[in-house]
Amino acid sequence: MVNMAVKIGSLTLQNPIMPGSGCCSDEIDRVYDVTQLGAFVPKSIEIVPREGNPVPRVAETPQGLLNSIGLPTYGLPYFLQHQLPVYLRFGIPIVVSVSAGTAEEFASICRQVSLPGVAGIEINISCPNKEEGGRAFAMGADSTLRVVKAIREATSKPIWAKLTPNTGDIAEVAVAAEAGGADALVVANTFLGMAIDTETFRPKLGNITGGLSGPAIKPIVVRMVYQCAQAVRIPIIASGGIMNAADVVEYMAAGASAAQVGTANFLDPAVMPKILSDLRKFCQDRGFGNVTELIGRTLRLEPATTLVA
Amino acid sequence: MPVHDHLAVRERGGVRPQPIFSDHGRVLRNDHVAGEYWHMELEVPNGMADAAPGQFYQMMCESRATSGPMPFLRRPMSIYHFDRQRRRLEFLYKITGLGTTALAQYRCGDLLGLVGPLGVGFRLQELWKHILIVARGVGLATLAPLAEAAHQHGIRSTVILSARSPDLLLSKDRFLKNGAAVSVIVDTDRSSDVENVERLIRGFHAAYPFDAFFTCGSNRLLKLLKTLSRELNVSGQVAIEQQMACGLGMCFCCVRPIERGGRIEQLRVCHDGPVFALEEVNSW
Ligand SMILES: Cc1cc2nc3c(=O)[nH]c(=O)nc-3n(C[C@H](O)[C@H](O)[C@H](O)COP(=O)(O)OP(=O)(O)OC[C@H]3O[C@@H](n4cnc5c(N)ncnc54)[C@H](O)[C@@H]3O)c2cc1C
Ligand SMILES: Cc1cc2nc3c(=O)[nH]c(=O)nc-3n(C[C@H](O)[C@H](O)[C@H](O)COP(=O)(O)O)c2cc1C
Repeated sequence: MVNMAVKIGSLTLQNPIMPGSGCCSDEIDRVYDVTQLGAFVPKSIEIVPREGNPVPRVAETPQGLLNSIGLPTYGLPYFLQHQLPVYLRFGIPIVVSVSAGTAEEFASICRQVSLPGVAGIEINISCPNKEEGGRAFAMGADSTLRVVKAIREATSKPIWAKLTPNTGDIAEVAVAAEAGGADALVVANTFLGMAIDTETFRPKLGNITGGLSGPAIKPIVVRMVYQCAQAVRIPIIASGGIMNAADVVEYMAAGASAAQVGTANFLDPAVMPKILSDLRKFCQDRGFGNVTELIGRTLRLEPATTLVA
Repeated sequence: MPVHDHLAVRERGGVRPQPIFSDHGRVLRNDHVAGEYWHMELEVPNGMADAAPGQFYQMMCESRATSGPMPFLRRPMSIYHFDRQRRRLEFLYKITGLGTTALAQYRCGDLLGLVGPLGVGFRLQELWKHILIVARGVGLATLAPLAEAAHQHGIRSTVILSARSPDLLLSKDRFLKNGAAVSVIVDTDRSSDVENVERLIRGFHAAYPFDAFFTCGSNRLLKLLKTLSRELNVSGQVAIEQQMACGLGMCFCCVRPIERGGRIEQLRVCHDGPVFALEEVNSW
């Protein structure tokens, strides 16, 4: 028997597998029993309803997906009344993902979702589709510190800061989020990208640019998790191109305590239970009694000092 | 009362949503039919073929036989025929790009990844006696199971099949088998012109009034049916398409503007459709 439980700050999850925000909804309950997941992160919501971006909203790339969904949301009141109760009925920790345009709005929405039953709040300070040119708070350490601080004052719920890979020094941003009072980091959201149809010379996305996800981004995000894990003490939740249990092992070895599965749900909606059972089997086969034994294994290795001639 | 309340399976007094399967089907045949059209039949795991007309499946198009590039996402395909007891699913598809090209490479015995059944299908009402089905191109794949269901419920179908040329009129026999009165119209002799289709529909309606209109596959025909539906006060349903990623309603990429409750909403074709009321959908 492998103990699959992991701790994310004060929160204990029965296992480290959960969906990435925007990649799973309550519909998944028609595919399998969601109570097996470690936690559930619904799609990011905002205070006021938004329609989202023009179509086409996705484009395929080799081993990847570009999206410019643009955070369509029915708004906070609708979420609280109609969607949150459905998620809370799952009976597993629900981490509500929120987004906003200013630090004040972020604080306000976090205050309003700090309700009984909500296990934590993931702050999407990294959406590349929100502002013109794909700017986001988490692109800079200063703006990150400012927004996380404002949110910390507004809620006592655990805060997971979702970082963007679209920054020069993600470790610096990670440190700022920790200093601001985040309880955990989600590393990372999508990479700002673009694709052009060579027949028509038009951008393949209605919004011109969008976020790249899927296996194509995984090596870069593994590097980022590895760097962040060295820079902060708070737990890290990996997000980027996870398709199978081996990818989760890789991220955990790089320093992640848990993993979010995004795009893979679109290719196979039943992928998360499969990842979970394969991860358990991996631990069993390798003689790890606790899945937490995987966390940071690569970080703790002696550096290879000699080159083999 | 809708005959196909397929979204909910009634169970133990409560209502359980229809399950969605993610599994594999075994290809029984995959044959070229005519032009760019192919026909695939699969044997699927228990329960997976428990679908409703108008619903669809997401197909993993990654045939072993192709060495070329494979699409990253699945491709949505309407059910052309389903048989719960024999666990059979059939699809009629047109080769248009990467995914459908790979799909045509599957051979008898191959396993194909399928997710479904998905979406909201067509709804038939108990009291209806006569429906009109207008299909163009692969749209007839989507509408074929509707004629079958109507037949099973004692509802007569009048079908207008539209195609570019006579050799591409694919499922006439299937519709005939289901007791439908079939008219075929083609571009080559201009019988598919909108004026002619309108004349046909008005004639049929005068002889034996329709209770509902159904269509798929053509923007021109959608426009015509919307107009006639308003004028003749006959309700209608249309199956529409949009590029999809997940197919379950999770990613919000396949939205289209739908007029509902007096306002226009960006609804998900995969989750809120692909079948919508005629008056909700604007032609494009
Ligand atoms: C609910 C639904 C049911 C469908 N049923 C059938 C069917 O029964 N038979 C059939 O032949 N086709 C059907 N289609 C269309 C089919 O999904 C597309 O033709 C297919 O995805 C094209 O894939 P490809 O890789 O071959 O082409 P690609 O190279 O991906 O694309 C070729 C062209 O098709 C467009 N396209 C891609 N995906 C879709 C899509 N999902 N919907 C509309 N256009 C798209 C692309 O933008 C491009 O212009 C259905 C689509 C939907 C949404
Ligand atoms: C279609 C789509 C929608 C997404 N929506 C959100 C969102 O609403 N909020 C958010 O924080 N991240 C969102 N993401 C990012 C994912 O949660 C995830 O961080 C990212 O896609 C990288 O992981 P992946 O490669 O496993 O998909 C979205 C990603 C995709 C592909």
